[in-house]
Amino acid sequence: MIPLGYTWAALLACAVAVTVDLVVLRTRMLCTRLFWASYAIIVVFQLLVNGVLTGTHTVSYDPRVIIGWRIAYAPVEDLGFGFALVCLTISLWEWWGGRRPAAR
Amino acid sequence: MSQWTYAAVLGGCVLVTLPLEFVFGARVYRRCVRAALSVLPVAAIFVVWDLLATGAGWWWFDENRVLGVFVGPLPIEEWLFFLVVPMAALLTLEAVRRLRPDWAHPRAAQHHRRTDPEP
Repeated sequence: MIPLGYTWAALLACAVAVTVDLVVLRTRMLCTRLFWASYAIIVVFQLLVNGVLTGTHTVSYDPRVIIGWRIAYAPVEDLGFGFALVCLTISLWEWWGGRRPAAR
Repeated sequence: MSQWTYAAVLGGCVLVTLPLEFVFGARVYRRCVRAALSVLPVAAIFVVWDLLATGAGWWWFDENRVLGVFVGPLPIEEWLFFLVVPMAALLTLEAVRRLRPDWAHPRAAQHHRRTDPEP
């Protein structure tokens, strides 16, 4: 058990996702209104999904690996986990689209 | 019925985002190769993270809230989570793009577009 393990892992995942979008793939989706408008919608549903799964105790967390801040039952770390998952997928999707314009 | 909790959440995600493909014209399912190439590599990384975290006891699943089909230590729903959620995100992105095509440009480029004469 790593103290605050999930907290650090979620922060690291966000940093990796931002680096991939801005530096590695250079898709720069984070610089577009398209990404943030979409994420604003996505995050509402993520909070709902995380809230249901945590609120019903479908998923439970070791209190030692999280900082303890909760949004709608779910640990705040889930927000970082979800952001990294979505940001990386969208960045890769955009990269493939940019490589093969015909597929757009 | 409680064993359907996690499955129902995933089913809800698929159903709610389905109109984005067929009404809003997101065209994500119809570009399934590109979708797979985007979703699967990221899902693989997150599944590894999930396996390590579950193994280390960071989080665990209530066996009364899942269907009971386990692939390794993870319920089948948890595996599907990493396909369903990113697909929902791509559908949202593409639906927003259809509604607001000009929002796809990086802010700086958008500025230049407005100020520079067309070539």
